[in-house]
Amino acid sequence: MALHFELVTPEKLVLSEEVHMVVVPGTEGEFGVLEGHAPFMSTVKDGALKVYATANAEPRTILVEGGFAEVSEKGLTVLAEKAE
Amino acid sequence: MASLKELKGRITSVKSTQKITKAKQMVAAAKLRKAQAAAEAARPYSQRLEGVVASLASKVGVGGSPLLAGTGKDQVHLIVVANGDKGLAGAFNSNIVKAAIIKANALIAEGKTVQFFLIGRKGKAVLSRTFPGLIVAQYDTTHVRTPGYDEAQAIAKQLTDLYEAGQFDVAHLFYSAFRSALAQIPTEQQIIPVKVPEGGVATSDATVDYEPDEESILADLLPRNITIQIFKALLENQASEQGASMTAMDNATRNAGDLIKNLTIQYNRSRQAAITTELVEIIAGAEAL
Repeated sequence: MALHFELVTPEKLVLSEEVHMVVVPGTEGEFGVLEGHAPFMSTVKDGALKVYATANAEPRTILVEGGFAEVSEKGLTVLAEKAE
Repeated sequence: MASLKELKGRITSVKSTQKITKAKQMVAAAKLRKAQAAAEAARPYSQRLEGVVASLASKVGVGGSPLLAGTGKDQVHLIVVANGDKGLAGAFNSNIVKAAIIKANALIAEGKTVQFFLIGRKGKAVLSRTFPGLIVAQYDTTHVRTPGYDEAQAIAKQLTDLYEAGQFDVAHLFYSAFRSALAQIPTEQQIIPVKVPEGGVATSDATVDYEPDEESILADLLPRNITIQIFKALLENQASEQGASMTAMDNATRNAGDLIKNLTIQYNRSRQAAITTELVEIIAGAEAL
């Protein structure tokens, strides 16, 4: 069970990988995305993305700024102006 | 006929010019690779953003944002000309300016008001001579080596501020699209109001949840879309500039080589002529005795 996750900034495609879950800091609250999530679009506030590679793994945090998240049947795409 | 010393001087001077053009050519080739990679790296973001904006706009309809719908007028046109800061790039800068001038003249002939917004240092002289007093603002890129996303953001901010202040109704962006090191195409793009690609994305019929609502997401994304369009133009421009520079410098190096060859032939001929004359004089002198 893997979720295809892409993190894109104007400078480059930062990440494109299969992960278990990503927790995104949406403007109206954090939300977690697993595989098979319903189509969803949200703006993202400046904060930390938490990427869980597997169900029990320690999350990896990525700071994003000025972002936007889109969940489709293809997976989760986060567009951010800055990511580190 | 030039003296031997003069010829020698000219050969040395052309040789040193050739050294400079050759160095510039190699620098441009190295920079071109980098600029090309940067332009390619920026593509995924702009593609995805465009797709999202298109699908949102088709849902919300054009009514919402003035950035999408326009001001309702079509009178004042702002022409944004993105140029480089340096020369030595063949016709790169003048091609963009030429395209902008043609567009401006066409708009003026239609009775529209035209204003200019310049990015970069080049092109200002020509435009202020051709259209005195029409340059409303300029963005200086001389302080940065390679204009990046921050610069694009600053430019987009200036543009949207001008737009919201009612300074213009339509904005066209002129830049040079990069095809290859040999071909750069001056390109025109309307950036305000945002043009939505028709039927750009085949979104599935599945209902999509929006958080917050569609209108606010779109309002948030539109300025960002303008920024990314400008960013893309800046990157394309950089790659084009280096490509044009490389080609121009390659030609210059080759021309200098031809010139050196001709001058060397001329030099050797004169030298031979001088030696022959000298011999004839000595022999003639010896015979006279």
